[in-house]
Amino acid sequence: MRNDITRRDAIGLGLSVAAFAATGAAAQTPSNIKAADVAAPSLPIEKGASLRMLRPVRFVQPDEDVFRSNAKRFTDKTGIEVKVDFVGWEDINQQTAVTANSGAGPDIIIGFSDAPHIYVDKLIELSDVAEYLGKRYGGWLFLAEKYGKRAKSNNWIGLPFGATGGPLVYRKSIIQAAGFDKVPDDHAGFLDLCQKLQKAGKPAGFALGNAVGDGNGFASWMLWSFGGSLLDVDGNLTINSKETVEALKYVKQLYPMFIAGTTSWNDVSNNRAYSSEEISLTANGISLYFSLKNDTATAKIAEDTEHQFLPKGVAKSSPMGGLTLNAMVFKHSPYPNAAKAFLQFMMEKEQYDPWLIANSGYWAQPLANYAESAVWSGDPKLRIFKDTMSNRYWDGYQGPISTATGAIRADYVLVQMFASVATDAATPEQAAAEAERRAKRYFRR
Amino acid sequence: MSVTTLPSPALAQRQQSWLVRLFDYRPFLIVMCLAPAIGLLAVFLTYPLGLGIWLAFTDTTIGRRGIFVGLENFQYLLTDPLWWGAVFYSIFYTAVATFGKFALGFWLALLLNNHFPFKSLLRAIVLLPWIVPTVLSALAFWWIYDPQFSIISYLLVDVLHWRTTNIDFLGTPWPARFSLIAANIWRGIPFVAISLLAGLQTISPSLYEAAMLDGASAWQRFRYITFPMMMPILAIVMTFSIIFTFTDFQLVYAITRGGPVNSTHLLATLAFQRGIAGGELGEGAAIAVSMIPFLVFATLFSYFGLARRKWQQGEAND
Repeated sequence: MRNDITRRDAIGLGLSVAAFAATGAAAQTPSNIKAADVAAPSLPIEKGASLRMLRPVRFVQPDEDVFRSNAKRFTDKTGIEVKVDFVGWEDINQQTAVTANSGAGPDIIIGFSDAPHIYVDKLIELSDVAEYLGKRYGGWLFLAEKYGKRAKSNNWIGLPFGATGGPLVYRKSIIQAAGFDKVPDDHAGFLDLCQKLQKAGKPAGFALGNAVGDGNGFASWMLWSFGGSLLDVDGNLTINSKETVEALKYVKQLYPMFIAGTTSWNDVSNNRAYSSEEISLTANGISLYFSLKNDTATAKIAEDTEHQFLPKGVAKSSPMGGLTLNAMVFKHSPYPNAAKAFLQFMMEKEQYDPWLIANSGYWAQPLANYAESAVWSGDPKLRIFKDTMSNRYWDGYQGPISTATGAIRADYVLVQMFASVATDAATPEQAAAEAERRAKRYFRR
Repeated sequence: MSVTTLPSPALAQRQQSWLVRLFDYRPFLIVMCLAPAIGLLAVFLTYPLGLGIWLAFTDTTIGRRGIFVGLENFQYLLTDPLWWGAVFYSIFYTAVATFGKFALGFWLALLLNNHFPFKSLLRAIVLLPWIVPTVLSALAFWWIYDPQFSIISYLLVDVLHWRTTNIDFLGTPWPARFSLIAANIWRGIPFVAISLLAGLQTISPSLYEAAMLDGASAWQRFRYITFPMMMPILAIVMTFSIIFTFTDFQLVYAITRGGPVNSTHLLATLAFQRGIAGGELGEGAAIAVSMIPFLVFATLFSYFGLARRKWQQGEAND
């Protein structure tokens, strides 16, 4: 088929770009990504097609370079012009909203986690491409399916490009000095560790302030590790539960062990406190480790730094979510097939693997076979991020993803529930009831 | 209808005079001259304001057109402790910060009104906090109040050894509230000081000379000459100051984002948090609209309470 995308040309070009662009740990050896021979969906490309897309700005420069060179190869191959614009993280939601409401603008937007679920009426289905990619690359990982498919259906409305999580980050030497070889996986042990770290003068620190990423990460972890959840599988509010109250009581004990002032922390505060060796244990994305490693002044701290999954508590797997890049194609696009072909092209191993390598671990793959990517064979301290999309928790767990689950995250409802108990502004029961009241407002329709 | 034929030169003359007459017609001229200004006001002021008020009566969210829901948003806000908290802090913040700004600003104005070397240069320097973009000064204060890296904590703990722990400026409600007020006062003083200085310079020195001849003390000269003469400008400056303070957004959003646990939300930051971050545009607009009665009241108060003295209108002061 003329418009089918062949994948066997230009491997050399892709890898040389990757090897040139990859930073830090990325290996020079080509990855050995298995790909099953599956018939690609037939996507007859519209006459005169050209595409415009938005995506969030890069973490690292090679991300942008490789993404652009991949897009250019698509243009060279198909003759379809692709204009890629990189948008600030703060702006991408608003721009998506305007695009969806006005029915004009970019054909494709790579937004964050819940965006396709919010604008589902304005999007075309991507099931054919998603199913093809899933079969070809060993299946979609759990979070990818969760964020890609419309709730309680097998219809794909988003095409996840990768995710980034926030596991524990700790100082090996300090944890060992406190008498632990790693961070305990149970609540009592974790509290014990935090008490000992506090006594040693290098306490733990987790954001309880209005920090979108870190604050929500900590609050969700605490809630989930006690078996609590915002919603049940049908989307009914279950936040005001005895599990929640248990979690709140635990945080009340835990909070005094933290370094002072975590109720006013924002997303960078824990990075700064950790980098200046004020704290020995926190939770953060991969960026903290890289910033330590790439600065000679702090390289020693990086050497002593380990990552570990968030302690499970009573949960079966580590209660961690992941911020997901989620691509969507709008109904208003005059060239839906070209858009789908482009996304498919970008997810094929000749393009996707170099891009994954260029990101040096900031983004983790949504498709199982990419676990073999060379990006994960470099620095062993990054390997933990490989399985980010295998996590079984998401914002709004256990319910369907909706506008309201995103709003609750952005309005810090869970963070403030924990912070109000930690600071004695409310009893656990009051805080859980207040969170339910605020959540009800967002879920009223 | 009768058709009158006229010689062509006469027609041209008549047409010209028709145009000339049109432009000489006062109502037409007024409309023409005002149209650009009214157009600008309508597009950039009336429309956004009207849209904001309209949104307050709908349940619009980001990503979804809303429907008219009447007073539902306001009814919800009345039952929402976070809104009441924001109302309380907005009033408290405005009252304390305005008092602080006027006390210190008036004092500074009196000092600057004296003769001293480098007078103009110092007056210019005083304006600096006002000139610096708010976001920049907010970031500076954010560092000053940081729980780990505060310069104040550093001085007290590591240099002077007066304390053993860092000060937790923003971690608990009341210290956070007063920290923000202090930052706002710092930022607002120059505006008050320079405006009042301008007022002070309009007071005729002969009044002071006459008072001194009558044996008035410095305090009496301030109480019976400076203060009453400053009343009109005080009223104007206070009105502006109250409006600026009550609608403050940047300082609070950059330093605390309304935290810890919503204890420092002003109505403006709460409106943004709900409307933009939380996506509930209708509710955010309702919070913003709920500021209007407070602002109208504050404006009327400072206008009628301070500005309208009978002696200013040529009557006796009783």
